[in-house]
Amino acid sequence: MELLMAIVAGLLFTAAIYLILSRSLIKVVLGTGLLSHGAHLFILTMGGLGGSAPPVLADGAGDFADPLPQALILTAIVISFGVTAFILVLAYRTYAVHETDDLSLMKGNDEHD
Amino acid sequence: MNMINLLLFPVIIPFFTAILLLFFKEQVRVQRVLTVIGLSAGIVSALALVSKVKQDGIQSLTLGSWPAPFGITMVSDMLSALLVTTTLIITLLIAIYSFSSIGVERERYFYYSAMLFMITGVNGAFTTGDIFNMFVFFEVLLIASYLLIVLGGEKRQLRESIKYILVNVISSAFFVITIAYLYSVVGTLNMADIGEKIASIGQPPILSVIGVLMMLVFGIKAGIFPLYFWMPGSYAAPPVPVLALFGALLTKVGVYAIMRIDTLFFVSDLAFTHTILLVLALLTIVAGCIGALAYFDLKQIIIYNILIAIGVILFGVAQMNEPGMQGAIFYLLHDMLIKGALFLLIGIIIFVTGTSNLREMGGLIKTHPTLGWMYLIAAFGLAGIPPLSGFAGKLLIIEGGFTQGHLFGTIIILASSLVVLLSVIRIFLYAFWGEPRPLKTTDRSVYRRMMVPAVLLVALSVVYGVGTEWIYPYVSDAARVLLDPDSYITAVLKE
Repeated sequence: MELLMAIVAGLLFTAAIYLILSRSLIKVVLGTGLLSHGAHLFILTMGGLGGSAPPVLADGAGDFADPLPQALILTAIVISFGVTAFILVLAYRTYAVHETDDLSLMKGNDEHD
Repeated sequence: MNMINLLLFPVIIPFFTAILLLFFKEQVRVQRVLTVIGLSAGIVSALALVSKVKQDGIQSLTLGSWPAPFGITMVSDMLSALLVTTTLIITLLIAIYSFSSIGVERERYFYYSAMLFMITGVNGAFTTGDIFNMFVFFEVLLIASYLLIVLGGEKRQLRESIKYILVNVISSAFFVITIAYLYSVVGTLNMADIGEKIASIGQPPILSVIGVLMMLVFGIKAGIFPLYFWMPGSYAAPPVPVLALFGALLTKVGVYAIMRIDTLFFVSDLAFTHTILLVLALLTIVAGCIGALAYFDLKQIIIYNILIAIGVILFGVAQMNEPGMQGAIFYLLHDMLIKGALFLLIGIIIFVTGTSNLREMGGLIKTHPTLGWMYLIAAFGLAGIPPLSGFAGKLLIIEGGFTQGHLFGTIIILASSLVVLLSVIRIFLYAFWGEPRPLKTTDRSVYRRMMVPAVLLVALSVVYGVGTEWIYPYVSDAARVLLDPDSYITAVLKE
């Protein structure tokens, strides 16, 4: 199971890198979304996929899943959610001001070399 | 009075001040007063923390009274106490500078809140003893810095913010992945506990890989070669007080993290990890030197000087011997002060001349002599002329390099000092000497108010240089903890 999850996370990273290297700003933002999905899936996998019961104290359940990676993911998810919301608004503003979403047209270097 | 919570004060005082500031959006004057009060209270608590750590050794506190590896531990050794103090002092002076330079429009849109949230993140990252908590504090400071870099919404700011944020999002994802790897190998997140577990299994190759991944993550934050490409563009976009804040503090958090990780975790295979660090440090210096000489833009010259300083500090860290480590700490504190001072001074030069192009200015010494001589002192301090602040650190780093037999690298460090001096003196020659150029009429009283914090920061760096003898015991305490990770582990796990 861990092997399969590792391969899936790897595919997510591949797709994320491909999208981040593209020219269109919105594709880059989608790439960062896939990147954080990959990272979150990866924490879950590396925490070990053992344990049959959810980490809730209940009668009779002895074999819990590791609760720590789940707490880490929850933290990482809200952080990346906040950052993604910020990037989307920033991308919108940048599109409005620069009138393009092509990153290669946003070069404009410093005036004094 | 029981003061076990003292080490949290430098983190939570800016935090609560920032929250309070959110309620006074339109009252700029109230915001300014609260900012100064909050930061001053923070400085007092940080100084108390330094004397407490000096007296009683490493302070550690596990939140919620859980036993050590299971809760989040905050640890203040001498290095983090000194860094926290320096951070708060620099921020206070930059805040005062902002009063007369940032403009009411930006102040009304949560400028000071963002500044204080950023300081919360910076101080938290310096104080934490938990690797995932460090990630969270990194995000706190990064998200506040995203706001600071884009606040104002000029065309150039928007363009550069996109790049800055993308680079940091990617490096944060790497940080999460690295923590996941580390957790699967050692099964703990407490830094002292990780250090102990790694020492007991003797650093198998997977841990060297994780060590390199960590260096990649923090190298992006710190701007080391070849991961510095985002820095020159992004740092030049925001207004000068923000640039000063970033230049003095943000990259140094990455440097601190590398120092902590490479002295606490990855000490079993020095030949591998520390050789990589050594080579990257030297390449960073070379890249910084090339950039510092190539530009005719005030901001770019000083920004590339950040790179050189980071290379010098990491070269000291890579030696892993006493003089090298002491030198690195001396130089780290010096560099925070002097970069803050230099950015504030060039901000005043830009304010007076209305341009950051060296070719368009000249003869300022006739109209602004104080500015000129202050800049010269700061420039000499940066280059490390003996009575000033950069000397002691670089001397110790060079001693460390020679002791370790890194002859070639040490010569590069010495040669880089000349390049640093040349690059900043060039600003002095172009801007202050030569034919006076017509200046746009500026308000003398604003100029004087901007000078006060800048002069204070330069004076502080001079005191730091002259008072080396007095600061040395603190730095030597800090270096001892870094070179003896067992003392850190024992203090946290209380065995």
